[in-house]
Amino acid sequence: MRLSVILGYLKPYTKHCIMAPLFKFIEAVLELFLPLVMANVIDKGAARGDAGYVLGMGAVMLLIVTVGLGCSLVCQYMASVASQGFGTVLRNAVFERINRLSHAQIDRLGIPSLINRVTGDTQQLQYAVAMLLRLVVRAPFLCIGGIIMALTIDPGLSLVVIAAIPLFLIVIILVMRLTVRLHRTVQNRLDKLTLILRENLSGVRVIRAFTRTKQEQKRFSASVDQHTQASLGAGVLSALLNPATQLIMNAAIVAIVWFGGIRVNAGGMSTGEVIAFINYVNMILLALMVVSNLVITFTKAYTSAGRVAEVLATQPAVSDSQHLVENPSSKAPAVAFSHVYFSYNDNQNDQYDLTDIIAVIPKGATVGVIGGTGAGKSTLMNLIMRFFDVQSGEVQVDGINVTHYPLETLRSKIGLVPQKSELFSATIAQNIRWGKPDASDQEVRNAAAAAQALEFIERQPDGFDAMVERGGANLSGGQKQRLSIARALVRRPEILILDDASSALDYATDAALRRSIRAMSKAREITIFMVSQRVGTIQHADMILVMDDGYLKGVGTHQQLLASCEVYREICSVQLS
Amino acid sequence: MKNSGFTRLLRSLAKYRLLIIGMLLSSAVGNTMLLLAPRHIAKAIDLIAPLNGDYSLLLQELVILGALYVSGGIFTWLSMVLANSAANRTVRDLRNQLFEKLARLPLGYFDNNPRGDMISRFTNDINAISDGLNQGVIQLVSGIITVVLSLVFMLTLNPYVTLVAVFVMPISFLIGFSITKYGKSKFKEQSRVLGQLNGYAEETISSHHTVKAFGYEKAADTRFGEINRQLYECGYRAQFASALVNPSTRFVNNIAYVLVGVLGIIAVLRNTLTVGGVAGFLTYTAQFSKPFNEITAVTMQLQLAMASARRVFGLLDEEELRQSTVSENLPGGLGLVEFKDVCFSYQPETPLIKNLNLSVRPGETIAIVGPTGAGKTTLVNLLMRFYEIDSGSILIDGEDITSLTRESLRRSFGMVLQDTWLFSGTVRDNIAYGKPKATDIEIEQAARAAHAHSFIRRLPDGYNTPITEDGGNLSQGQKQLLTIARAMLLDPPMLILDEATSSVDIVTEIRIQRAFRKLMQGKTTFIIAHRLSTIRDADRILVLNQGDVVEQGSHSELLGLGGFYSRLYQSQFAPSE
Repeated sequence: MRLSVILGYLKPYTKHCIMAPLFKFIEAVLELFLPLVMANVIDKGAARGDAGYVLGMGAVMLLIVTVGLGCSLVCQYMASVASQGFGTVLRNAVFERINRLSHAQIDRLGIPSLINRVTGDTQQLQYAVAMLLRLVVRAPFLCIGGIIMALTIDPGLSLVVIAAIPLFLIVIILVMRLTVRLHRTVQNRLDKLTLILRENLSGVRVIRAFTRTKQEQKRFSASVDQHTQASLGAGVLSALLNPATQLIMNAAIVAIVWFGGIRVNAGGMSTGEVIAFINYVNMILLALMVVSNLVITFTKAYTSAGRVAEVLATQPAVSDSQHLVENPSSKAPAVAFSHVYFSYNDNQNDQYDLTDIIAVIPKGATVGVIGGTGAGKSTLMNLIMRFFDVQSGEVQVDGINVTHYPLETLRSKIGLVPQKSELFSATIAQNIRWGKPDASDQEVRNAAAAAQALEFIERQPDGFDAMVERGGANLSGGQKQRLSIARALVRRPEILILDDASSALDYATDAALRRSIRAMSKAREITIFMVSQRVGTIQHADMILVMDDGYLKGVGTHQQLLASCEVYREICSVQLS
Repeated sequence: MKNSGFTRLLRSLAKYRLLIIGMLLSSAVGNTMLLLAPRHIAKAIDLIAPLNGDYSLLLQELVILGALYVSGGIFTWLSMVLANSAANRTVRDLRNQLFEKLARLPLGYFDNNPRGDMISRFTNDINAISDGLNQGVIQLVSGIITVVLSLVFMLTLNPYVTLVAVFVMPISFLIGFSITKYGKSKFKEQSRVLGQLNGYAEETISSHHTVKAFGYEKAADTRFGEINRQLYECGYRAQFASALVNPSTRFVNNIAYVLVGVLGIIAVLRNTLTVGGVAGFLTYTAQFSKPFNEITAVTMQLQLAMASARRVFGLLDEEELRQSTVSENLPGGLGLVEFKDVCFSYQPETPLIKNLNLSVRPGETIAIVGPTGAGKTTLVNLLMRFYEIDSGSILIDGEDITSLTRESLRRSFGMVLQDTWLFSGTVRDNIAYGKPKATDIEIEQAARAAHAHSFIRRLPDGYNTPITEDGGNLSQGQKQLLTIARAMLLDPPMLILDEATSSVDIVTEIRIQRAFRKLMQGKTTFIIAHRLSTIRDADRILVLNQGDVVEQGSHSELLGLGGFYSRLYQSQFAPSE
């Protein structure tokens, strides 16, 4: 099942996949043919004493050898193209699927594991395909050819060969079964090891600040030991394969000499035939050995296939609708929550992270969202973006249920400035253009200016072309946040979500930012959500949502809430004292 | 430094020379037995003809044969297990060495290098080395042993035949070698692009929140597809190059086979050789060249391993931090901090901090304020010696910090960073991060003091709740509370708080500040914060702008000054409309 999913990605290379084994087959036939021609030349040439014949046949044989080389090269080329191409297509597919999984699904599968799957596992599969195409035809061909030859010499004695082959296969399957399991353990432990490594790379400052380097080394080393133990176990088992299979075939040879000896004495067979028999057994043995060597490659690939197929089989939890059926109404509220219940876990005991949220946000409103840590402010915003689907109730944007939108259409309406500014290794301009890939230079500049980022950008030696290092490491927290804001502004969103967006900004910048956003929303109807813990940031909003422990505790203006909302009063009394 | 990858890999292997010697011995014994077997088969066959019903001699020969096969098999298995063991242990050491190296790298290295590429060195590259050592070396060794032994056997039979076979060897070796050389550059390229691809996958998958918010999935797919396409281009060429080796050497051997046959028969016609002699010739030519084919066949794996080894050793060769070896403990532990003429820049061409002078009395609370990019975080980086200053000196209790070990310096600071970093472990483990031996009571006290206790108790397993990578299952504020609890538990003589309270709601923040004030008593504290309350309570405010201390003093003093600070402060209350 999972193999068929994976092998489906070979389809574009069907032609190559037929050609490679075909040419390998021709080469194998020629390889079998050569000794026969040689035997013929020895017999006839020596008997006739015809040197010209011998030289002529010599030329023919050289031709055979050359054609063999040609076939082999074609096979190798086809196999290289097909396997590398297959790997490329598969990698793209896995990467694209990962990009479409929901936050929850990515957390479940684990980021390091996903990275390993898109890189290491696909590489393993690609290697297996290359080996398959190169060697898969040759082995059965030599095997079957050998058996037929044996049968023509002495059907009785070939029973030995025919008995040995199933035994051989049983050993292969047994070892394969066991090693598949062990390889999975090895792979899982590698994921564990990668996790620790990733944590150490991302937390390098904290680890050094807390002088925990030694302990981290111990933790990593323990994980490496576990991985080594698993690989050693797998190694001991898979090393059995070669000697065990060889032993079976050698036992067959001993049996052939013994029973052959008896038959020769009974007069049913010649010594020369016994020798020929042994040669064929050797040929079969060599062919099967190649197969058993590949078994290790294939068991690893099988494990990888499972891991890759798991990703491909994971259907994005947030399913996308193809096109918008209804027409958004210009009169509808920008966002509406009706009886929204939501929980991050699929718990059944009525514990919700958001409980019965009802709110209607008119177009063009500036909405403050306030509440304590874990009150559900960001969660509420995530539902508008449809990062998660509600358990019950409905979230509407422009009067249409968010689940009815194609995700791209929905999210293109929204500009999000998340709490944590994630930037990418590219230039500043490219980072801002994330919000709108076709934005003109002027648009990028305007967005940067509105986000109060222009000044520091222009201080950079390369201005907008200055490189942002991975994760924005060469920028300060505030600079990152301003670029993140510019990135959201450049798309000229209908809905702007500032999720605690000014936390890393100083007063002056924050105030200037708020002024420029307000100016923008006056020029064009933008609905703005300002998630904050500071009353000062949101007190002038048209509408304030007060969140507390997953409940919407109050909706209204600053003055209205001061009069009506206990939670809001509490917050204000602390902050505005 | 040519071939350094190879010799250094050998040096890493040297530690396991006993395993390797064992591997060589058992491989030699095993192969000798398996090579002796054909001679006994020949003997047994010779015994068949004059048998006359007496099977005892034949039986005796077959028992010897059986014993050779069984013990040969056991020794072959043993040699593979030993090779596997040596390879796995060597890469375990390499992984640990790499990890320990990370601890000695300057922080700038982590900021400037893609994480995925570093992870790739730990996983893909190390795996390639392991495969190369394991399969490559074992085949190389058994191949060489087979060649040497068959050479010995051949010499005992006929020195002239041996000469012909020996003549073929260098030609096929030369071909293999030159193709290998061509493939090398391709493999290097492939390795590089693969690292790039992994880096991109890592960056995209770990920033999946932002990718989704901006509907960047398709653009990411395209970029990944581009790198993937490059990988395809150099990948299939590299693969084809290494796949050329096998057919080419086989071609040379086949030509030798034909030439030996034809020349042999001509010799028969001239009565200088018997027909049986020709048959012997041919058998040995085939047998002798077989290991050479195998050896060249493993070159692909060895090449990959070498390319990977270069990358692994490349990381190990990165320039390290200067290690100071002087005093282990801070004298006095007073907390007197002085900056004298400190200059620093991240990039030489853009100086950031110029001639900074600052003296902080023990127990003083210093609030560092200033616009974004003024150098606030940099000051902390220097104090903790995450980065080294370019000139000047930083003194703690009169000791130059470069004369202290980094560990003892950092142990005397408690730190809460802007980026909350948690590792996968339980809540308890995360709090006890700086003090692994802390008792449950101490941990709970710290959690209570940081106001984290109540939310921890609400978690499914309380303090034993596992935290997924980077705290994915906690809110930003909850993460921050945990990192604060972590610093609480440590109770160090000095504190660094880097925007530590920016994501915690104001009610909690007030409580935390109260707890901090208790903790801060008698301790030198540096706070980078944007909150008025934090700043107002500080003993001294340090106003930074573009790397310089532009003003310092208490809140009221600075307001009275009517300068930079006062403008900064006023802007918080800038008219909202």
